[in-house]
Amino acid sequence: MLKEFASSLRPALVMTGLFALLLGLAYPAAITAVAQVAFPAQANGSLLAVNGKVVGSRLIGQGFASPRYFHGRPSAAGSGYDASASSGSNLGPASQALQSRVRDALKAMPTSPGATVPPDLVTTSASGLDPHISPEAAFYQIPVVAANRHLHQATVRTLVEAHVEQPLFGVLGEPRVNVLQLNLALDAMTASGAHRPS
Amino acid sequence: MTSAGLALIVGFTALVALLAKPFGLWLFALYEGRRTPLHGALGPLERGFYRLSGIDPDREQGWRAYALNMLMFQLVTTLFTYALLRLQGVLPMNPRGFGGVGPDGAMNTAIAFVTNTNWQWYSGEATLSNLSQMLGLAIHNFLSAATGIAVAFALFRGFARREAKSLGNFWADLTRVTLYLLLPACVLYALFLVVCGVPQTFAGSIDATTLEGARQTIALGPVASQEAIKMLGTNGGGFFNANSAHPFENPTALTNLVEMLSIFVLGAGLTHAFGKAVGNTRQGWAILAAMLALFLAGATVTYWQEAAGNPAFHQLGVAGANMEGKEVRFGAAGSALFAAVTTAASCGAVNAMHDSFTALGGLVPLFNMQLGEIVIGGVGSGIYGFLLYALLAVFIAGLMVGRTPEYVGKKIEAREVKLAVLAIVILPLCILGLTALAVVVPAGLAGPLNRGPHGFSEVLYAFTSAAANNGSAFAGLTAGTPFYNGLLGVAMWLGRFLVIVPVLAIAGSLAAKKHTPATAGSFPTTGGLWIGLLVATILIVGGLTFLPSLALGPVADHLTLLSGKLY
Repeated sequence: MLKEFASSLRPALVMTGLFALLLGLAYPAAITAVAQVAFPAQANGSLLAVNGKVVGSRLIGQGFASPRYFHGRPSAAGSGYDASASSGSNLGPASQALQSRVRDALKAMPTSPGATVPPDLVTTSASGLDPHISPEAAFYQIPVVAANRHLHQATVRTLVEAHVEQPLFGVLGEPRVNVLQLNLALDAMTASGAHRPS
Repeated sequence: MTSAGLALIVGFTALVALLAKPFGLWLFALYEGRRTPLHGALGPLERGFYRLSGIDPDREQGWRAYALNMLMFQLVTTLFTYALLRLQGVLPMNPRGFGGVGPDGAMNTAIAFVTNTNWQWYSGEATLSNLSQMLGLAIHNFLSAATGIAVAFALFRGFARREAKSLGNFWADLTRVTLYLLLPACVLYALFLVVCGVPQTFAGSIDATTLEGARQTIALGPVASQEAIKMLGTNGGGFFNANSAHPFENPTALTNLVEMLSIFVLGAGLTHAFGKAVGNTRQGWAILAAMLALFLAGATVTYWQEAAGNPAFHQLGVAGANMEGKEVRFGAAGSALFAAVTTAASCGAVNAMHDSFTALGGLVPLFNMQLGEIVIGGVGSGIYGFLLYALLAVFIAGLMVGRTPEYVGKKIEAREVKLAVLAIVILPLCILGLTALAVVVPAGLAGPLNRGPHGFSEVLYAFTSAAANNGSAFAGLTAGTPFYNGLLGVAMWLGRFLVIVPVLAIAGSLAAKKHTPATAGSFPTTGGLWIGLLVATILIVGGLTFLPSLALGPVADHLTLLSGKLY
């Protein structure tokens, strides 16, 4: 028994070293090399740039406070959309703190006649970096954004509808709108002059 | 609930059943030590590994030697990762300059990854260097999975062999599973993830200037290579704090589906490999059927509860599903299904925050783990855990009809049943004992974020997750303290190895027995009656133990919320 234990020491040590080299260094290095050559855009974070300046990632939500922009969901990542501190709120269903937070969010919400507030607009996501909102949450914000950009609501609605992504094969995922991409399109449209405020 | 949501759950289950055979056949080839198409390219590597470590792969080991070699390997790899984490601050590939990890935290994390638990008290993007993630942690994602499969193979051989003294060679099983299955599968899988948007770079982060002019530091890293084995090996330790909810770990609904499938494929495949090993594939299908029945029930209940939403929100006029702690791209269905999958298996990756699930929606993941994660289960650990229940079920059936119980050609006698009960009882002992301790001492009571019954659920979930080697959390619990790091480390270690060692002892005892051919009087272990008996045994033996604790946690949570009380 003791002899077997001692004789297992060498394979245990050598195997640990060999597997560490293979799985811990060679494997990730090889994947990195292939990814950087073949798919550099995705491998480096699916970054979006405007005039050569990185404005964010297509996959990572960012905070919006101005009424000229569509807003994403409330975020529990750091002080909000901190992309180096992903986190959910972890508040339970019967939490008083959660209830108060949602109530405050509702109070701060612009009233939209005839529409109820979609749940994703007052709840924090799991990552705190959710890049999406539901189409309902985007539609809900159209009056405010249109008014602050002096645009027709119908114009903004057309833009939002063009940014709605549908579930894959009808069952995979939910209908959603990428907030950063929508806001970039909104900026581009306003800047192009076609809809410059009168 | 929507028809699309239900279609997702049913369609997913059907896909798992379809994938069981192809993956099972591949696993069976490795079980037998046969040549695969990959041997041409990787064979020299395998032989080199044996030569350097002085192993003769054809020299078989009895159950004691198999267990000793396995344990020695766990010990060495644990210390390796412990040292690496402690020394992180002076080691290279640390672009964001993180310091070394403290002693209790490093020990907890080393144990967490060696035991296939991947419990994470820390936040990955704020604590660990790229080197620690790759060399310290991701290697265990491979090796703990391969160890689980090796132990399962040893148990299969126990059933399949007749009057034999040995169960195979641990080093050969470990090396073959890693080289011919896990590594090549992960190469393809990681590249698929990169195409879908998962980063793969040695850079630490990049700064962006948001549309409103704020600075956003976006953490990056070699994520895809780690994500692939994290799912396939049912490990679950995320590169980022938010795990598979983070858009960089799980960017789309398609990656979500593939990640869920990859948690289940090897576990499901092992049921088929078991059937092949004992010479009757219907034995494997019966096991898979019992597993999937339990799985479908759990997944549907979670989805129903999450889609119904939180009554406390409904009172405020916010209708619809419970979206707190969920990502829009997954919604209620994709999140509920993931939660059921990750806890039925011993994965523990999450794509939504379980802590913020409705009370009953969160009960299902907890219950899945308390059953011992034998519904598909962890890679290897699922099937050997399930076979313990199968032994118990034939024993109970034998008592009812007054015959010596038999299972797949082996008489099941006192020694096997005692060892099976020992392996089964370790789970309630760790979970209930340590939870009870934590809720009476100040260091334990300091942990929970939520108050009331939900706070108790957070502690119960933590010890359940640790002892069952899952790794998911009701993450509100502040677990990065010496108290929790220590006790959860103990729970993880015992929950892993006080199951594996009895399993290997059972394997040794079974291998030594003669083959007992089935007769007209044998209890059939393939039909509907058997599947029903299995499910009942699992629910009664595995589940009943925990009902009182569930009543104090999620059930109380649910009832008080219905009465309008908040904490």
